[in-house]
Amino acid sequence: MTEDLGIWAVPVAMLGGAIRVSTPFLFVSLGECLTERSGRINLGLEGTLVFGAMAGYAIAFESGSAWIGVVAAALAGAVFGLFHGWLCRFKGVNDIAMGIALMLLGLGLAFFFGKPYIQPVAPDLPAISFGWWSEIPQIRAALEVNALFIVGILLAFAMAWMFRNAALGLRIRVVGDSADAARAIGLSPNRVRLWSTAAGGAFAGVAGAYLSLYYPGSWNEGLSSGQGLMAVALVIFARWNPVMCLFAALLFGAAGALGPALQTVGFTSGYYLFFAAPYVLTLVLLIFTSSPGKAMEGAPGELSITK
Amino acid sequence: MMQAIGLETVGMTMRFGAFTALDNVTTRIKPGTVHALLGENGAGKSTLVKCIMGFYHATEGGLLIDGHEARVADPVDAQRLGLGMVYQHFTLVPSLTGAENLVISRADAPQVINWNTERAALDAFLADLPFQPPLDRPVSRMSAGEKQKLEIVKQLYLGSRFLILDEPTSVLTPAEADEVLSHIRALCEGGRITVLLITHKFREVRSFADDVTVLRRGKMVGSGRVADLSDKQMAEMMMGETIARAELERTGTPGSVVLAMKDAQAPALSGPKGIAIDDLTVQAGQIVGVAGISGNGQTELMEMLTGQRTLTGGQIEVKGQPFGATRTEVHDLKVRYLPEEPLKNASAPRMSVAENLALREFDRGPDGSIFWQNRRKMLRTARRRIDDFEVKAPSPHVPIATLSGGNVQRTVLAREFSGDVDLLIVANPCFGLDFNAVAAVRERLMQARNRGVAILLISEDLDEIFELADRIVVMSEGHLAFAAEAGATHAGEVGSYMAGHA
Repeated sequence: MTEDLGIWAVPVAMLGGAIRVSTPFLFVSLGECLTERSGRINLGLEGTLVFGAMAGYAIAFESGSAWIGVVAAALAGAVFGLFHGWLCRFKGVNDIAMGIALMLLGLGLAFFFGKPYIQPVAPDLPAISFGWWSEIPQIRAALEVNALFIVGILLAFAMAWMFRNAALGLRIRVVGDSADAARAIGLSPNRVRLWSTAAGGAFAGVAGAYLSLYYPGSWNEGLSSGQGLMAVALVIFARWNPVMCLFAALLFGAAGALGPALQTVGFTSGYYLFFAAPYVLTLVLLIFTSSPGKAMEGAPGELSITK
Repeated sequence: MMQAIGLETVGMTMRFGAFTALDNVTTRIKPGTVHALLGENGAGKSTLVKCIMGFYHATEGGLLIDGHEARVADPVDAQRLGLGMVYQHFTLVPSLTGAENLVISRADAPQVINWNTERAALDAFLADLPFQPPLDRPVSRMSAGEKQKLEIVKQLYLGSRFLILDEPTSVLTPAEADEVLSHIRALCEGGRITVLLITHKFREVRSFADDVTVLRRGKMVGSGRVADLSDKQMAEMMMGETIARAELERTGTPGSVVLAMKDAQAPALSGPKGIAIDDLTVQAGQIVGVAGISGNGQTELMEMLTGQRTLTGGQIEVKGQPFGATRTEVHDLKVRYLPEEPLKNASAPRMSVAENLALREFDRGPDGSIFWQNRRKMLRTARRRIDDFEVKAPSPHVPIATLSGGNVQRTVLAREFSGDVDLLIVANPCFGLDFNAVAAVRERLMQARNRGVAILLISEDLDEIFELADRIVVMSEGHLAFAAEAGATHAGEVGSYMAGHA
């Protein structure tokens, strides 16, 4: 039973959408943020995400526990990250080209191994209801918050704290900003980058598990709509700051929810144009936050795209 | 209490294949002194300190620390023995703050950093030091002087008791240099550290060093107390023979205005403040020197003039015509450039020396543009220019990127100084060149001026500005802070405007 909220249905649906749609953005962008802060870029996260979605779904189905599925997705993502990190340490290997190759590999492997799991139904991740105070069913629905979203928020703040207050975080920043300085204080840039890339991959795997185990909550080949790639743009927009990644992910989530929200209030024509909102937003933000004459502030100095 | 370390090298020899970079160097650096290491580029100064710091392992000879033989396997080893080095290229991490840089460089940095206690410890540590570098600002927003101080503080913080400073004042104003060096000197006199100061500035040796060792072509050619040596004696040791640098002859009077910048504005490389050049003119037969500490907008100024940086306001005129630095304009108005970092800004690194020498005219024949290249003619021209400018290249066919910095500089000079030139825009033309090459470059610049070429000379070397310029302007924080005829000002005045407090 739904109440008629009129035009208010759009912001309510967008709020719900922001929370629901933003979670994968949040995890992938935090992963990419961590990897890029160590001075390496991983464009393969889209492939990692889709493979994580498949692996998470398959393991959740086989084991009967959604959480075991999430762990499996994280492990699968970490393996992809390790592979990328290991390959990139060789001289002459370009991290951008390698990332694109890994993206295609991840997609291919996921489709290959995922075929038998398109039909079966795996358990879903639980959601926590924050809408108990409201009488309005739409608001209740919007405030159904998945546990992973909360984990993501905590992770964003934990990462921000780590970059400032933990030796590990400072070391990642040192390696990302100046490999020479890192060597001077006895750090091995390759090792730090290897593990940063692995952790980034694990985050992307979790993002995939969220897609297949919660929203939309099934495994098929068209599951991802480019979240893994857009996260790269999102990290640049967030200026490599984890807390900014959180807000950027919410913004992208809200933009992604715009199309479906308009559909619910009865826009019958042209609403599908609004499905493109996240992509348009990506483009517009990148154009307006860049400047031809200025070095990008906050960019890790060792990053191959900003060097 | 004497904490400072004494250090001796004994018969230190370093060979790279057939080339002997360091030949049987024995020198003694007494604890608690400032010991200057003098020498030209390529004299072996950096090889010697790299052997001390464990970057290289000497082919023969050894190291005594406080009279005991010591083996330094790598820089980490050196650190443990109390040896530290401040490099010319800073090893600070740009995006980290001063405090973060200090704490993370410690080998025993705690896993979780409690900033309250660390800050208290840092403040206590800094309290009895003469330096007070900013701790809360990211290094990328520090001036060169602040970075230099932070580097030195970092070494002290890490417990170094023997400090090698590699040309520490090359990025500082004269006043900043004096401040840093006098603090260093005070620390040495207090018995806290021993300093090995690599430099080529006699003034610094004279005012701040106790002893000096002079290297030439890998050999130790002289050593002794600074008080016992005259500048002339030290110069003779460095160069081999007395080279009386001829006073460059100036002839002619300035002609019409060739280059004029009016209210030209452009965004800066970093920071919110942009570059604004209100009024800058260069006349034919005149050298205008732009002095300034690196990072005050000189790079941007050069980029505005070469068309690499788009103007957001105002204009640049050459011979009365608006100038946008297109290839056609540059050719027709006879403008030539020598930018800083010529390998990056003025060459195609992977193309051959001959091709790089031909970049100005390869597609132009006597009548319009040409399509087919005449390789033989290109090679002939290249050989001639290589000889004229004494470029040391194994052959004209090797990629220019394989040449040493000084030879890349000579190659670009050879290209830009050839042919008909009306306006020359040069930035730090003598950077990385040895004594004789410097004299040759400056002589060519002066000859060009006397022929009636208008020259804009952007340089961080104040001596060079005073030697060459007819008119001096000072660039500070993106704008021109001062302008005067060269005869009507002096280094102290220019220096104070460079520092931005005048």
